[in-house]
Amino acid sequence: MDALIPPLLNGTALGALLLLAALGLTLTFGQMGVINMAHGEFIMAGAFIAYLTQLVFTSSNISIVLALPLAFLGAGLLGLLLEVGIIQWMYRRPLDTLLVTVGVSLILQQIALQIFPAQGVPVESPGWLDGQVDILGYAWPLRQVFTIVLAALCLAALAAWLKYTSFGRRIRATVQNRDLAETSGIPTRTVDRITFFVGSGLAGLAGVAASLIGGTNSQMGTQYIIPAFLVVVAGGVGQIKGTVIAAWALGIALSFFADWTTGSMAQVLAFVLVVIFLQFRPQGLFTVRTRGLT
Amino acid sequence: MTRLKPWLPLIGIGVFAVLLLVVAPAVLSMHWINNLGKYCCWAIAAVGIGLAWGRGGMLVLGQGVFFGLGAYAMAMHLTLETAGPDSLPVFMILYDPSAPLPAFWEPFRSDVFTLVAIVLLPVIVASILGYALFKRRVKGAYFAILTQALAVALAVLISSTIRETGGDTGLSDFKYFFGFVLDDDANKIMVFMIAAALLIVCLLVVWQLNRSRFGELLIATRDAEERVRFLGYDPANIKLVAFVVAAVMASIAGAMFVPIVGIITPAEIGASASILMIAGVALGGRASLFGPALGAMAIGWGQSSLGSSWPSGWIYILGLVFILVTLFLPMGLSSLLGRAKSLGWRSRATPTAPATASAPVLDEVKK
Repeated sequence: MDALIPPLLNGTALGALLLLAALGLTLTFGQMGVINMAHGEFIMAGAFIAYLTQLVFTSSNISIVLALPLAFLGAGLLGLLLEVGIIQWMYRRPLDTLLVTVGVSLILQQIALQIFPAQGVPVESPGWLDGQVDILGYAWPLRQVFTIVLAALCLAALAAWLKYTSFGRRIRATVQNRDLAETSGIPTRTVDRITFFVGSGLAGLAGVAASLIGGTNSQMGTQYIIPAFLVVVAGGVGQIKGTVIAAWALGIALSFFADWTTGSMAQVLAFVLVVIFLQFRPQGLFTVRTRGLT
Repeated sequence: MTRLKPWLPLIGIGVFAVLLLVVAPAVLSMHWINNLGKYCCWAIAAVGIGLAWGRGGMLVLGQGVFFGLGAYAMAMHLTLETAGPDSLPVFMILYDPSAPLPAFWEPFRSDVFTLVAIVLLPVIVASILGYALFKRRVKGAYFAILTQALAVALAVLISSTIRETGGDTGLSDFKYFFGFVLDDDANKIMVFMIAAALLIVCLLVVWQLNRSRFGELLIATRDAEERVRFLGYDPANIKLVAFVVAAVMASIAGAMFVPIVGIITPAEIGASASILMIAGVALGGRASLFGPALGAMAIGWGQSSLGSSWPSGWIYILGLVFILVTLFLPMGLSSLLGRAKSLGWRSRATPTAPATASAPVLDEVKK
């Protein structure tokens, strides 16, 4: 039993990080149908913004708190730029958004590589995150707890935003029937832009969390993008509760597999797991019931 | 002219064959022969992608997997041949001299087994994956992401198993190619000719598939999968065949890549390598016959010349190729040809429909 607890807790923290990375995708991919392969680079942008805030405000105690809104804003603006510059011409060709954003992600990686050192930059974790808490007899690093709390907060805020605010209703209306939403006076173009802004901004938040856990370098986006997409696909596109469960399950599965075998074998096994899972639920965990052909 | 029209692609392939097999060896230096051989390998993989993606609508983002299967099958054989009978490859001795050869290496001592494996391994993997996904109607972006995930997984797996596969340094230093000394110029030309000939064969296969009933069904599946299903065909089987053919071509490409380039590493098969293969196909024109091959050669040339002399600039160019081609030329450079033609000959020729979907756009097509 004792051997089960560390991977369970580590898996939960990993799942929280995956959830942060995937939450933005549930908006841009799930709600808008845009396959944004540059999402990983938005995460990278968030991490670099955390580093830059640390340079400006030398105390890491404060900088990490300030980095959160800044990263949200920075990554969000990048996303907005992408939407206005490129994506808005491509809503009718979803598969092509994948190709376009692959190009964007290559360019963003190269820009980051030219600005920052190739080996990456150190983001110091603040003093108040250095400790550990005792949970079930296992010393749990506070940094992992921070990720989980951050993910939970983002999740709650996003869910409430979508469900209870009038803007959330507009997003859902636009997703379900764009033409009808337009006729009802909803400015669908503005809705698209703000949705994309928020989705990309969430990637920035994920970047801040990622900068505390892993390395911050120009390649870091590539490690998160595929697992994040797998989470969205397994959870059911556009389904936040599905994304939560899928992220948690994938995080725990990865931790256990890594415990039993090796970190790299774990990735292969996780992939196999997702493909097997799609055999039973090809539309993901939760689906919108429809009588249309799928 | 009109009687010639159906045979034009065949004439094109013929011209291409003469250029590659007769003119190139006579004109080019050894350095460029070798490079051209490398581009031919990427072109072979691209021809397969053109079939699966351009004609079948399946965006295969993980062809590196099949490229890698063929490449590592060939590389294991060449490594063992270089090491000689009953001895271990050098990198394994360096790692741990007392350990035995891993069991999965043993059969690759045989010439015949290796050649069979290069074709059969991708068939098996692609069939299992394709059957699992297509039967459950996983398609579009889901399919693309899953194939890319597989490429990432395989590359990670190989780079972590240093003792079994050489890890990140890969397999290299091959001396013999089925008994031929690889250092010899004449033998290098022979290897190039094999790669070029295989490219011609792949083009012929795809040409034949495209004009067959299967080709029609494949395009129908791409444009309106539900209609095909209602007509009594199973789209899953049609897509599976195209996917498997593409996988075999990628595997053959990988297998020829190894003796020509002399090294195979996980970097050649991972996500970014797979994306590079897509770039060529997108640039050349995914639905056309020659577009993928020529596009892949162009990208290959850029990768090996600009990529080493001006690496940062090359990445920007590559990124811009993706963005500009997708935005303005979704059907690639080859669609320019068709457009120019329709402008010039509009008066007399019956307008041939462009390769883009001309059927009324159904909901499922938009997805």
